[in-house]
Amino acid sequence: MNDTSTLKLGHIQGETGIWEMVIGLEIHAQISSKSKLFSGASASFGSEANRNVSLVDAAMPGMLPVINEFCVEQAVKTGLALNAKINNVSVFDRKNYFYADLPQGYQISQFTKPIVGEGEIIVDLDDGEQTTIGIERLHLEQDAGKSLHDQHPTKSYIDLNRTGVALMEIVSKPDIRSPQEAGAYVKKIRSILRYIGACDGNMEEGSLRADCNVSVRKSGEEFGTRCEIKNLNSIRFIIQAIQSEAERQVDILEEGGTIDQETRLFDTSTGETRSMRSKEDAHDYRYFPDPDLLPLEFSESWVQDIKEKLPELPDSLKKRLIKDFGITSYDASILVEEKDYVDFYQQAANGRDGKLTANWMITELFGALKKDNLSFLESPITSENLGELISLISNGTISGKIAKEVFSEMMKSKKSPSEIVKEKGLEQVSDDSEILKLIDQVISDNQDKVNEYLSGKDKLFGFFVGQVMKLSQGKANPGVVNKLLKEKLK
Amino acid sequence: MPNKDTIVDVPTVNKIARLSRLDIPEVNKESLTNDLNNILGFVAQLDEVDTSNVEPLASVTGHKLPLRSDDVNDGNIEDLVLKNAPESSSGFFVVPKVIE
Repeated sequence: MNDTSTLKLGHIQGETGIWEMVIGLEIHAQISSKSKLFSGASASFGSEANRNVSLVDAAMPGMLPVINEFCVEQAVKTGLALNAKINNVSVFDRKNYFYADLPQGYQISQFTKPIVGEGEIIVDLDDGEQTTIGIERLHLEQDAGKSLHDQHPTKSYIDLNRTGVALMEIVSKPDIRSPQEAGAYVKKIRSILRYIGACDGNMEEGSLRADCNVSVRKSGEEFGTRCEIKNLNSIRFIIQAIQSEAERQVDILEEGGTIDQETRLFDTSTGETRSMRSKEDAHDYRYFPDPDLLPLEFSESWVQDIKEKLPELPDSLKKRLIKDFGITSYDASILVEEKDYVDFYQQAANGRDGKLTANWMITELFGALKKDNLSFLESPITSENLGELISLISNGTISGKIAKEVFSEMMKSKKSPSEIVKEKGLEQVSDDSEILKLIDQVISDNQDKVNEYLSGKDKLFGFFVGQVMKLSQGKANPGVVNKLLKEKLK
Repeated sequence: MPNKDTIVDVPTVNKIARLSRLDIPEVNKESLTNDLNNILGFVAQLDEVDTSNVEPLASVTGHKLPLRSDDVNDGNIEDLVLKNAPESSSGFFVVPKVIE
């Protein structure tokens, strides 16, 4: 067994040395439009089969595509948010292939002249470090329909509702070096898309999915031959699939084999990738400009208008949270993942201890919601109530320990913390005379231990603190208890 | 863009036929190859014009790509959409099994 504990993420220890992963991602993001990219049929999810299909989507002869302005705007907005070059002239091409859920026999996409060119984003890693990942391009394209293969032993059932729904394909440069980095990249793209409202980012419903290009090499060598893992719809699967695919490639190379460039599928039940048995011609798409569509052109002033309307993005918000509330970079990057988190945090922390609020929100609130299987928007605790709890801790009304008890009651009853504290009589006791009474009782109940302590057994001090706290039912102010006990036991 | 030297041979015809899902009888392949070479040779005359400083022309009308607003005003015609389908069931197209 090799000792892998010192290996860097994305490195694989082989017999012949350490291998490094090279990863590039293609993210398909469904645009949050009401209608499709080139037709007026609804783009909504979950309708009756073939209800949201127009004659354009069904590729009836003589039908012409007309582009949706909102979709163009979302692509430009996303390009701006990815610090990318906006191409004021772009061209739609036909990507030709045959499949039952693609009635046109081609997908309208953009090949040589995409709407958005090169850009870059900053990605936050789990250890608090940051790295920059390059964007190669973003283009607009149509989604395909859905095939159901399990309805009939010898037939496939085809639903064209998704056919023609607008997608943005965001292609990264091969700058990613570990599965974890790939996960963080997808998280960041998803977060940006949700901030600007271009895509709902719902990976379960397939609004956001990724194809991962993976190859391995020895450090400093040229890129190896890559394989593409298709259609991953969760960050966990992306991480698992890349790790297992890279290990497969290392095994082959170390046995003297070569990697075939191919498309692979990730089997979620085995956690491994397998070949799609693709036909050798699968990638011969014979792109050519779509004669039904003129080049897409827009003015620079239209782009500037969109730029001015962009909301504050996660990177800028993160800097502001660190500066205004004094929280760590790591906490800030968690809070800015979702716009809803930031709004909640800013309300709760306003005029209060920012660090303490961040701790309670990230550790306690997120933890409790996860445990109860609730989404953030279903939180029984409002930002006002969490803020109030922070105030009660900060001004000494309750101890941190009691605060946890109040918190779980807040999760259950949705009541405000001061209400709960009052009802249950949980106010912290900081009054010297009351605490002294408790101390006297503990001393008289444990005279033998007091003698041991006085004869030098210092460790017993903690025992006395514990006894006093217990007697106060956790309500005594631990700082005051410590101070008074020390004086008393001199 | 193919130039005068482009030569289509029978394997190329086979490949294009497979990509286009066309079943071309063996006896026709030779003549089809000749036809394609003639067509490509004819079109290749365009290469004699120097276009190195000319932007590709997308349209001779000078029109711009029209845009539409994001309104749902189509669909709800599943009967019409399925009308020509050789087979359908509970709103789905039904086709011979296609699975990877």
